[in-house]
Amino acid sequence: MTSPSRLLSACVAPAAAFFAAFWLLPVVRLFALPADKGWATYFAVLTNSRYLQSLLNTLGLSLGVTLMTLILGGLVGITLARLNFRGKPLLLSLLTLPLSFPGVIIGFFIILLGGRQGLVADVTEWMGLGRTTFAYGFTGLFLGYLYFSLPRAIATYTAAASAMDAQLEEAARSLGASRWQVAKDVWIPELAQTTLACGAIVFATSMGAFGTAFTLASKFDVLPITIYNEFTNYANFALAASLSIVLGLITWVSLFLTHRAAGPAAAGA
Amino acid sequence: MSHPRQLPLLLPALTVLVSLFMIAPIALSVMAGLVNNYSAGLASGLTLRWLGEVLDVYGSTITASLLLALLCVIGSLILGVPCAYAMARSKSRWARLFEELLTLPIAVPGLATALALVLAYGQIRDFRQSFAFILVGHLVFTLPFMVRTVGAAFRRHELIALEEAARSLGANFTQRFIGVLVPAVLPAIVAASLMVFTLSVGEFNLTWMLHTPLTRTLPVGLADSYASMRIEIGSAYTLVFLFVILPVLWGLQWLGNLIEKHHGT
Repeated sequence: MTSPSRLLSACVAPAAAFFAAFWLLPVVRLFALPADKGWATYFAVLTNSRYLQSLLNTLGLSLGVTLMTLILGGLVGITLARLNFRGKPLLLSLLTLPLSFPGVIIGFFIILLGGRQGLVADVTEWMGLGRTTFAYGFTGLFLGYLYFSLPRAIATYTAAASAMDAQLEEAARSLGASRWQVAKDVWIPELAQTTLACGAIVFATSMGAFGTAFTLASKFDVLPITIYNEFTNYANFALAASLSIVLGLITWVSLFLTHRAAGPAAAGA
Repeated sequence: MSHPRQLPLLLPALTVLVSLFMIAPIALSVMAGLVNNYSAGLASGLTLRWLGEVLDVYGSTITASLLLALLCVIGSLILGVPCAYAMARSKSRWARLFEELLTLPIAVPGLATALALVLAYGQIRDFRQSFAFILVGHLVFTLPFMVRTVGAAFRRHELIALEEAARSLGANFTQRFIGVLVPAVLPAIVAASLMVFTLSVGEFNLTWMLHTPLTRTLPVGLADSYASMRIEIGSAYTLVFLFVILPVLWGLQWLGNLIEKHHGT
C-alpha cells in the first residue's frame, strides 16, 4: 500500500507540472527579460515620463473608481439588504449579471451610452444642448470601470449587510443615535472587512483591466494599453515585460496586504 | 422616532439610479440588436437579420468558444480535483505555498500572464497558432477557482469521517476517491465547472494576446465587431453572448441555492 503522503504528492503532480510549465516558468522568464536590455529597463516606468504618466493615470483612475464603487455599492447593498419587495431576487441577479461580461462588452455599453450614436447624445440634442459624447475620454473609462466593479460590490455588501447584527443598530437608535451616527458607529465598523477585501479586488481588477479601454480606444492612456502597444506595435518586448512586472506587483501586493489585514474571513469576498 | 427599518428616502432613490445605470445598457444593447435601424429605434421594426449576419460572419467563434470552454472544464477537472483533495488533506507548508502560487494568475493581470506565455512559447509555431495555446491560458486562469471551490468542499468535517469509515471498511484509495469522496463533493464540482465555463467563455484579457486570425473566440470576435461593424451587428453579437452565458449562470445560481440548503452557509 502506498503511503498517504506519496498519494497526496501524486494527486498534486499533474496540476503542479502544468502550473510550473505554463505559468511559473514563463513568468520567471518574463522577470529575467528586461535584464537583457540593461538593469535600467526595470525602472523604465519611473525614468520615462510617458510610462510614468500612464502609471499615474491608471493609479488615479483605479483609486477613484474603487472609492466610488465602495460608496455606491455599500449604500445600494445596505438598501437592498433592508428592503423586501417583489422581484428583488431578479433585480439582484440582473445587477450581478455583468460580473461575467468580458471588458469589451462593457466598453461597447459605454459607447451605446456616451458614444457618437449614444443615448446621452440623443437626450442632450433633444434638450437643445447639442450631441454630448463622453465615451472616448476619462469619463467613459471611469464609468466603464465603475460598471464592471459595481456588481461585485453590490453583491458583497448585500450579503454582508444582510448578515449584519440588526440588534446593534436598533440598540443604537433606541439610545437616540442619529442616522449619521448609526452609519458611522455601526455600519462602517461592521462592514470594514468587506470594504477592505472588496476594495482591494476592485482596485486590482481596475489596474489590470484591458478589454474596456481597448474597445473605447481611449484618449486617456492606461498602463495595460501602454504595455499592449509596446508589445504589438513597437515589438519592445523587454519594456513590455518591465511594465507588466510593475503592474503585476502592484495588483498582487494590494491583494496580498489586504488579505493579510482582513484575515481569512474576508477571503471569499 | 423613526422606525428602525425605515431608510432615508435618498437610499432607495440612489438604488434605483444605480440599477438604471447597470440595466439600461443591457436593455439598450438587446434592443439595438433586434431593430432594423438603431438610430430610428423601435419604430424601424424588429428583425432577426442582424443575428443571422452574426452567425454568418462570426459563427465559428461561437463554436470555438463553446468547445474551448468545455475542454477547459474537462482539463481543470482532471488537474484540479485531485489537487484540491491533496490541498484539503495535506498539512505541509509546501502545500500552503503551492496553493498561494496557484492563485497568482488571478492576482496578476491577464495581460501579464499572456505576455509571459507568448514570450516563452511563441516560437513554437504549431502550438502558438492552435487553440491549444488559448486553452493553456484559460486553464492557468481557471484552475485556482476549481481547486479553491472543490478544496473547500473536501475540507468539510463529515467528509473526513466518511473517508475514514470507508478506509476502515477496507476500501482502497481509488474506491474511496471515486465511490465516496467525489459523489460527496459533486455539487461543488458542478458549481466549479459552471464557473470555469463562464470564465472561459467570457475571457478576453488573456485571449486577445493569445489568439491568431485563425484562432478566434467569441470575445475576440466581439472586439472585432465593435471596431469594424455597424452598431446593430455588435449588439446582436452581444445578444448571442448573453444567450450562451445566461443558462449557465442560472444553473450556477440554482446550484448555489441547493448547496446552501443542504449544507448551510
